[in-house]
Amino acid sequence: MNSFDVDILNLWYGDNHVLHDVSLGIPARRVTALIGPSGCGKSTFLKSLNRMLDLVEGVRIEGSVLFDGQDIYAPGVDVTTLRKNVGMVFQKANAFPMSIYDNIAYGPRIHGVRKRGELDELVERSLRDAALWDEVKDRLTKSALGLSGGQQQRLCIARALAVGPQVLLLDESTSALDPISTEKIEELVSRLKRDYTVVMVTHNMQQALRVSDYAAFFLLGDLVEFAPTERLFNSPGDRRTADYVSGRFG
Amino acid sequence: MNPKKSIVEKTFQGVFFVCGVLSIALVAGIAIYLIVSGIPAIAEVGPARFLLGQTWNAGKGEFGILPFILTSILGTLGALALGIPLGVFAAVYLSKFAGKRLARVIRSAVELLAGIPSVVYGLVGMIVLVPAVQRAFSLSSGATLLTASIVLSVMILPYIINVTSTALDAVPKEYEEGSLALGATETETYFRVSLHAARSGVAVAIIQGVGRALGEAMAIIMVSGNVANMPHPLGSVRFLTTAIVSEMSYAPYGSLHRNALFSIGLVLFVFIVLVNVVLSLVVRPKEA
Ligand SMILES: Nc1ncnc2c1ncn2[C@@H]1O[C@H](COP(=O)(O)OP(=O)(O)OP(=O)(O)O)[C@@H](O)[C@H]1O
Ligand SMILES: [Mg+2]
Repeated sequence: MNSFDVDILNLWYGDNHVLHDVSLGIPARRVTALIGPSGCGKSTFLKSLNRMLDLVEGVRIEGSVLFDGQDIYAPGVDVTTLRKNVGMVFQKANAFPMSIYDNIAYGPRIHGVRKRGELDELVERSLRDAALWDEVKDRLTKSALGLSGGQQQRLCIARALAVGPQVLLLDESTSALDPISTEKIEELVSRLKRDYTVVMVTHNMQQALRVSDYAAFFLLGDLVEFAPTERLFNSPGDRRTADYVSGRFG
Repeated sequence: MNPKKSIVEKTFQGVFFVCGVLSIALVAGIAIYLIVSGIPAIAEVGPARFLLGQTWNAGKGEFGILPFILTSILGTLGALALGIPLGVFAAVYLSKFAGKRLARVIRSAVELLAGIPSVVYGLVGMIVLVPAVQRAFSLSSGATLLTASIVLSVMILPYIINVTSTALDAVPKEYEEGSLALGATETETYFRVSLHAARSGVAVAIIQGVGRALGEAMAIIMVSGNVANMPHPLGSVRFLTTAIVSEMSYAPYGSLHRNALFSIGLVLFVFIVLVNVVLSLVVRPKEA
């Protein structure tokens, strides 16, 4: 069962053709890693999955992206519902300048949760899921901007979990973090795949190997290879993949 | 170190120092002058009777300025009640929704609005608003507290729009993306995240608006009826500022009447100082 089925996706920023005929199926409740050199279109591809590219002027998209069998670019699709179901955590932590509690409660409130008890419960559960609860439970009313970088990144993950998504898109969520925070987030991702589909962009090959079940290798806008991670790393079917994962270019 | 350069440096530092001291001296001078000339009448009438007295009648020697104080406060609150929503909505539209070209047109219009002399606001208010209010509420005169509040709200609008939209423009895009990625609509995002992130800017805008509204005299004297009544939204009223303006010209030198007008000036000054204290508390960067 796939969460996403992407078929012959082509994408342009103005005249810049950045994704070429990308087709792949992203399996549900698995971790899929997107790897490839800088500028090859990983973030762009990720953002095409929750329509965050709608915010960028001059983007043109062809082909289809099905989420649970529904074309997300079809006319009349409710983008807010899509984004509620397909959560995203950005490369740079972007905690809102509010209290920790209000950061997490923001999404649920937007989607109509009003009862204090229900919100309290959601906040606690999301923070626990993101392995942050013990560090912040005594300072929920303090500003989220007082947290460390790694904590803020986990806060953003908790915030995304709080709206109850089915998918989590992570764009280099650990690239700015120390090894300990990175390990926490990797553990988190490994746990999350029981309930969520995770798609993560990473430049860290070890990380991709450690946490992902499937891996997609992008190069200059082409999807070169998509396979179970083990196979993609150990017996790649394409010369360019082999070169990249063995660190010969990138 | 180059000795010539250090002489130039020193000279300029001296100039800056003198300018700095001069500006402080001016403010201090004005404050001292207001206190010295404002205290005698308050002492003679008695602070309580002066500040809380409900009748102002110079002919009968009655100098209670409570009507003016309340009118100034209520008129300002009324202006804010109208001006804040209008200005904040306009600022959100300007920063977040309007296309580049339209935004430029609106911005110049707003700047123009800020540059219009207050007497012109008074004139337009007198010709357009006063008769409209009179008809709308079937009054004998449309020059009321409400009318003055409306004029004031238009006058503070450019401040609120400008400062708020500048603050909104400075909100990092990442916040808005974060909100949209959670499934919030654009409107929800701008009101619940962007405005929230820009709240100290909005507060500055509001306080500047208060300062402007409290200090305005020319425009409102023309639309408020200028009668020393206790304030009523649909009654003619007199503000702290307009009380000074309207009687200064005929209050004899050295009289209690004239001194009482100076005392009103002192009260107004205290209000403005309070507003600025609040402003500096809000602007002071505070962390977690
Ligand atoms: N908003 C944009 N407008 C125009 N071009 C863009 C925009 N965002 C990305 N691009 C271009 O699209 C291409 C792919 O960019 P993208 O950010 O998807 O790469 P990436 O694989 O995520 O790279 P990195 O690993 O450095 O994050 C690049 O050539 C980039 O310059
Ligand atoms: Mg990227």
